[in-house]
Amino acid sequence: MVMFAFRRFLQLIPVFFGATLLVYFLVFATPGDPIAALSGGKPMAPAVEAALRAQYNLDQPFWIQYGLYLKNLVTLNLGQTFSGQEVSAVIARAYPVTARLAIMALAIEAIFGVLFGVIAGLRKGKLFDSTVLVASLVVIAVPTFVLGFVLQLVVGVKLGWARPTVSGAAPWNELILPAVVLGLVSLAYVIRLTRTSISENMNADYVRTATAKGLSRRRVVVVHILRNSLIPVITFLGADLGALMGGAIVTEGIFNVPGVGNLLYKAILKGESATVVAVVSILVIVFVVANLIVDLLYAWLDPRIRYV
Amino acid sequence: MSENLTPENDLSKSAKPAARQGKVSSRVIEHFVAPLEETPLVAVDKVDMTAAPLSLWADAWKNLRKQPLFIISALLILAVLVVAIFPQWFTHIDPTDQSTCSLNDSGEGARSGHPLGFTLQGCDVYARMIYGTRASLMVGVFTTIGVLLLGGIMGALAGYYGGWLDAILARLGDIFFALPMILGAIIIMQLPAFRDNRSVWTVIVTLVVFGWPQIARITRGAVIENRNADFVTASKALGLSSFKALVKHVIPNSMAPVIVVASISLGTFIVAEATLSFLGLGLPQSVMSWGNDISDAQPQVRNNPAVLLWPALALSITVLSFIMLGDALRDALDPKARKR
Repeated sequence: MVMFAFRRFLQLIPVFFGATLLVYFLVFATPGDPIAALSGGKPMAPAVEAALRAQYNLDQPFWIQYGLYLKNLVTLNLGQTFSGQEVSAVIARAYPVTARLAIMALAIEAIFGVLFGVIAGLRKGKLFDSTVLVASLVVIAVPTFVLGFVLQLVVGVKLGWARPTVSGAAPWNELILPAVVLGLVSLAYVIRLTRTSISENMNADYVRTATAKGLSRRRVVVVHILRNSLIPVITFLGADLGALMGGAIVTEGIFNVPGVGNLLYKAILKGESATVVAVVSILVIVFVVANLIVDLLYAWLDPRIRYV
Repeated sequence: MSENLTPENDLSKSAKPAARQGKVSSRVIEHFVAPLEETPLVAVDKVDMTAAPLSLWADAWKNLRKQPLFIISALLILAVLVVAIFPQWFTHIDPTDQSTCSLNDSGEGARSGHPLGFTLQGCDVYARMIYGTRASLMVGVFTTIGVLLLGGIMGALAGYYGGWLDAILARLGDIFFALPMILGAIIIMQLPAFRDNRSVWTVIVTLVVFGWPQIARITRGAVIENRNADFVTASKALGLSSFKALVKHVIPNSMAPVIVVASISLGTFIVAEATLSFLGLGLPQSVMSWGNDISDAQPQVRNNPAVLLWPALALSITVLSFIMLGDALRDALDPKARKR
């Protein structure tokens, strides 16, 4: 297991450098000068331009630029927003909110996804199964922002059960509605995954053996089928947590949740390239690390993976 | 399950998972039929010698024709395609002509000739919905074609030749995987070069750049599964070059899982375009698309939700039909799953 973790960690290194290089290259080395864009394409005083280029290290050769960007990234020196706040401080303020939202969405996915998936998988082809399958397809097909607006309108505005938008402190109870919207799409995937996994394992040899030796159906389902079927579900949930921690740009934008996704959304709207790059770089790191943890979790749960 | 409980069945079954066995046997039946004189068949007369074996696709088609899920989704997709190509058949109002919009009608409800009401700009919601089909579908279709070409070629080469090529392409794929699609697309679309030249094609290029690794992974897996199959070895033994064997035998036999994923991805690409347009980074305002219409309707959503809901409904139904098609194809192309 330690060797596997080490090997997997080594694989992370080229991904980290590659992804950051890609982001940096895309933003600063493609045609269309970000500095020229700052002035809206109008001519800029040469001294101002030179100072700006020096500030973003754009007067250096590309590889030195990239090195300096990496150094800044590692030391969390991410520069300032247009309003003069430190980007790292803004991210640090927004992250707890995103984390809270992600955990709530994940809890919704895990509880309802596994519950519905197990029932559907055990009764494959019955009414409940078909209903859940069709419903999950519909949820997958409706884009998140449509789902968000509809629930905001119906639950928040028309019925008044929840605040349509979240207040500055973003307490738990106000985050329920955004968390439901955020969790719904993945909930559909969790249901389908659990269902497939359960119905596949129902035909496995060890289940037949367990039934043959006289175990009750309840014990076969809970102890044998469920334990083995949940491995792919847990890894999916782990990967999803990584994606959720990467900020839900759309959901946070709709409900005005003051998290990292919203931060990114506003930075895009204001055209703050440097902030966008800084936030996305951080999110990519979070995503990569989350995937590493999921892989390790998978290997720990399913020993067969380690020897491949 | 109970009929399998007989002990001799239990003993005769090897430890191999059933999934593998199913695949191997179906492959042999499909592509390799030994000449009769070499086959010690006892009941030769019971085999219909003249009947050609059903190919995977013919078999899948036979199954698909009976699936309601496939029929519904195929009809819906056909309808959407017709609307996208000939929008003028479905409405006499041409919303690309600004003079058809009148601010007097701003936010008005439905009335005769305008079944879905008007937008804030006084344009007909129904006509815009009909004419918006083309852009959304174009993004979906062309992104899928691009992803299939780029990801398919990369994945097939990596899987077939293996070695350093595989290692490099796998790492490259990992790097793109580390960037979630929407995040990556946001970075590209807000670049000055893209921001100033937004069109259907820049959106397609952006989505292809971040969509190809998934297809590459699937293709690679399918090619690896097939590259050492008997029919490939046989074709090489008959003198086919290695590359020709890849093109003529390995790739056609590896397409099934790729097509399934491509169909589902087509739906997600349409959603991705709408999401980008919603964020103001997708198609330019001059292009009529569902994503732009939803984005435009967003500020008035509490007063006039219908303007947002109609394009959203059209978008969802289109995406749903592609996902359903993928689901139906998956069932049809995987005989193992069908038997259960």
